[in-house]
Amino acid sequence: MSHAESVASIKGTAGAQARRRRSRGPARYSALDIFRRGVTNSDWPRSFRQHDLAKSYDVVIIGAGVHGLACAYYLAANHGITNVAVLDKSYMGGGGSGRNTAIIRSNYLTPEGVRFYDRSVVLYQNLAADLNYNVMFSQRGHLTLAHTDASLRTMNWRAEVNKLQGINSSVIDAAEVGRIVKYLDVSDRPRYPILGALYHPPGGIIRHDAVNWGYARAADHLGVQIHQQTEVLGIETAGGKVTGVRTNRGAISAPIVVNCTAGWATTISDMVDVKMPLITHPLQAAVTEPVKVFLPSVIVSGSLHVYVSQTDRGELVFGASVDPYPSYSMRGSLEFTESVASHILELIPSIGSLKVLRQWAGLCDMTPDYSPIMGVTPVDGFLVDVGWGTYGFKAGPVSGEAMAQLIATGRVPEIISAFDLARFADGRLVGEKGAASVGH
Amino acid sequence: MILIDCPYCGPRNSTEFRHAGEAGKKRDVTTNDPAVWRRYLYQQDNPLGWVRENWFHTAGCRQFLCAERNTQTNEFRWVAPAGSPGPDGASGNGSAR
Repeated sequence: MSHAESVASIKGTAGAQARRRRSRGPARYSALDIFRRGVTNSDWPRSFRQHDLAKSYDVVIIGAGVHGLACAYYLAANHGITNVAVLDKSYMGGGGSGRNTAIIRSNYLTPEGVRFYDRSVVLYQNLAADLNYNVMFSQRGHLTLAHTDASLRTMNWRAEVNKLQGINSSVIDAAEVGRIVKYLDVSDRPRYPILGALYHPPGGIIRHDAVNWGYARAADHLGVQIHQQTEVLGIETAGGKVTGVRTNRGAISAPIVVNCTAGWATTISDMVDVKMPLITHPLQAAVTEPVKVFLPSVIVSGSLHVYVSQTDRGELVFGASVDPYPSYSMRGSLEFTESVASHILELIPSIGSLKVLRQWAGLCDMTPDYSPIMGVTPVDGFLVDVGWGTYGFKAGPVSGEAMAQLIATGRVPEIISAFDLARFADGRLVGEKGAASVGH
Repeated sequence: MILIDCPYCGPRNSTEFRHAGEAGKKRDVTTNDPAVWRRYLYQQDNPLGWVRENWFHTAGCRQFLCAERNTQTNEFRWVAPAGSPGPDGASGNGSAR
């Protein structure tokens, strides 16, 4: 059975025309509801259900992070395909989706990348209303500092590519940077003084857990089943075509299996012998104790290998480069804390007495060109949405939307056509390393 | 802090070293087929568990080393001069399960 035939059979069983539906559930959140429950002191219903594993599904999605959940939600909401299972070996949103630094932006380097990530920003802007869930998206602006002539040149390059695609992005000088962020040291005191910055006003931060939970709740209301603690042990194929998966809770038959496992992507793709040019690196982050809000925008410094933003609670969230060797270990290291602390004090000397509350790591599946790998594979019915490296969370909504469209129509949407797996054999790389926040 | 037991210098912090890719990876010099070259360039094993890989002691003896490391725990169980046959006698090809 070809992919198009599997799609036709799915549409038959779903018996629904592709149409946009609002997520309607038993408990629609509203201000009135908060008031009523506050007065009556009644419990909130669970936001998603638990199910027994069924014998078969139309689509099995491996990985219940933002990509898997968004894919499931858009399958149900945009295409009426609701017989979908999202499997996760651990808990929902516990991988990269709950470990990233929650920065959203679309100031990328290639036209393909800019168009793609900007669609994600647009979806994020409307996400709270679409999902009936407050995702706390704050478009507070995004500053990528330049400390050298070379980085200033890259910033100008990115700004021009961005403007051509209609993205609000421009290069500003050090004095302007100092007006936007009062506490930043824009003098010539530091070893690497700030020469200017790429300013991207639509960029900002979001509450990443709320995005995961919001997608999960909305998908659940539309009939999608989310199975946590359900590890995929193997993928069954027959005649070069996926027939189902084996899990620790039993076997499932399914004509379409989607790999949305980011850092663990190769452990899943190896099950069907689809070789991926991915290397898993940990990326560490840290957060300080909360202080009064003083940092108005997201600050990134590629030369100093650090980025920082302040949450609504007042904590400073730091991130840096990926660890310099492949690993699946999610332990923090002293070297990371030392490096981030010394570099951030070059930028913002006044936070020297702040204390680091905790640090953690997430796994990044790095591709050679820093662009994702999305779409079909040599195994019919085995689709991938991987290779996210350090860009995964930003791309969650657009990836889910595009993968759902691919599953429902059997055709690769134009917005992800440049990100196919075959590009590495053909030499059509989409070099996006220049848009990385920090040098990796 | 991760210690790597350098056969020349003794145990040193991993920050002194640079990871230098999977061990035993060789380019096929008998062909100039772009597809083969690109596979050599981009494709690498990415296993969860034991791997055999090369390291370079950048801030020490500046020698290449061969090591077996667990990618889940970062435990090193064997470090030797580059090109040494592994503890199992094989010259190694990345994953060492």
